[in-house]
Amino acid sequence: MAIIETNSLTRYFGQIVAVDNLNLTVEEGEIFGLIGPNGAGKTTTIKMLTTLLPPTSGRASIAGFDIRHQSAQVRKVIGYVPQLISADSTLSGYENLLIFAKLYDLPQSEREKRVRGALHFMGLDEVADKLVKNYSGGMIRRLEIAQSMLHRLRLLFLDEPTVGLDPAARRAVWEHIMDLRNQFGTTIFLTTHLMDEADELCTRVAIMHLGKVAAIGSPAELKKAVGRGEDVSLDEVFIHFTGNELDEGGNFRDVSRTRRVARRLG
Amino acid sequence: MSFAQRHLKRIYSFIYKTLVIAELEARKLRHDPTELFTRAVQPALWLLVFGQVFTRVRAIPTGNIPYIDFMTPGILAQSVLFIAIFYGIAIIWERDLGVVHKFLVSPTPRAALVLGKALSAGLRGLAQGFIIIVLALILRVHLNFNILALFGVAVAVILGSALFSTFSLIVACIVKTRERFMGIGQVLTMPLFFASNAIYPISIMPSWLKVVSHLNPLTYEVDILRRLMLLGGTSSYGVGVDLLVLILATGILVVIGAVMYPKVVV
Repeated sequence: MAIIETNSLTRYFGQIVAVDNLNLTVEEGEIFGLIGPNGAGKTTTIKMLTTLLPPTSGRASIAGFDIRHQSAQVRKVIGYVPQLISADSTLSGYENLLIFAKLYDLPQSEREKRVRGALHFMGLDEVADKLVKNYSGGMIRRLEIAQSMLHRLRLLFLDEPTVGLDPAARRAVWEHIMDLRNQFGTTIFLTTHLMDEADELCTRVAIMHLGKVAAIGSPAELKKAVGRGEDVSLDEVFIHFTGNELDEGGNFRDVSRTRRVARRLG
Repeated sequence: MSFAQRHLKRIYSFIYKTLVIAELEARKLRHDPTELFTRAVQPALWLLVFGQVFTRVRAIPTGNIPYIDFMTPGILAQSVLFIAIFYGIAIIWERDLGVVHKFLVSPTPRAALVLGKALSAGLRGLAQGFIIIVLALILRVHLNFNILALFGVAVAVILGSALFSTFSLIVACIVKTRERFMGIGQVLTMPLFFASNAIYPISIMPSWLKVVSHLNPLTYEVDILRRLMLLGGTSSYGVGVDLLVLILATGILVVIGAVMYPKVVV
């Protein structure tokens, strides 16, 4: 069964269309990447799929539950790591997870084990009891992923998971994402505007441009479609399908938000 | 599971999650309690300077109790108001950090999130109450240390904090930015404070202001505190009416808040 299915999913902000008749199917166990520049509609798509934002029209279901009418059921099977840094910096890593273990109804007998297990899985044992404000950027991201995996979720949404991280920290986050998929079968749905991230990590990607999907397929398929041999980069694939440079777009708000995230991670 | 059992379970889960949200705040305060003390400066100034001077002037008719006694419950209510009314700033801040997104994606009832925040404000209110009682003791205010009355004071402080912080949350969800909120917060506090019986009795007000202050929940907060905190304290409306007004207003605001809270991330 498809874990995500959208049907003409559309969202307007006033007169501006952010997501335009989106039709997507993501199968269980995929690492699916939504790529595109700032302002392409990636975050709006994730917000709708995670029940944060009601669609203007169209439908979507997660694990068979309608995002609009069965949002409570949807919330039980998904995890979400926002683009912004959402860990509470004034609490310890352990406390951050403990609060969410309680909000996700983990039985008391399992709570401690599950929290310690998630911290261990993300390589955070040693800093578990330190305040998060003393963490490095990569550690914070890993903590957030640890928090989102507490409830044995089926589908994890990651919005720009490595924005603002240095290459080593980025690689560590990628490895943990792949482990999560390989060990627990968790489906991963992520957005990124980093082509190497999509290339390295994703089993399938959709190129999003002006609220629409311009192309979809595995990174290899997309490169092949460009038809210029082996050594095509995903950047070139992007330009081929959208006719645009990647670093176009992105308004003041997007840019200032990205900078803020980068500053807090740095 | 029977119908009744299912509902009992839902109510239990609601209360539990409300308390988890409050626990989060309690843990933060435990890591860094400095703000509790810095916030005590303002009420201390009111009592020590304003209170001392007006006790000498004897310009305000307070029946058979000294002015400093009359105003002590008013200053407690005021400091509860001042802390709670700026709670919206924290909501906007948490939205900017992505904390709100994560709460909203978790399977926690919206009303439990809002009420949990309200209880957190109550926690800060209680700390203020403690500090003001200590100050009042030093100033030889005739305090009532009956256990039941003290319990009633705690309940009134929590209710008042919950009421005004939820009001603040609703305003935050409407204005959405810190800059706009700061302006509005200032505009709200002063009228609420002066159009109440906090530092002078309603009987000396012009008739139009009397009407306004009867619609002001702060009046009922002060009224119940004045009855319970002071030896020989009297109430104009009765403790029952005061409680009823506070509980009803809080309940209505929490329901509105639960509808508004998800909109803050849109």
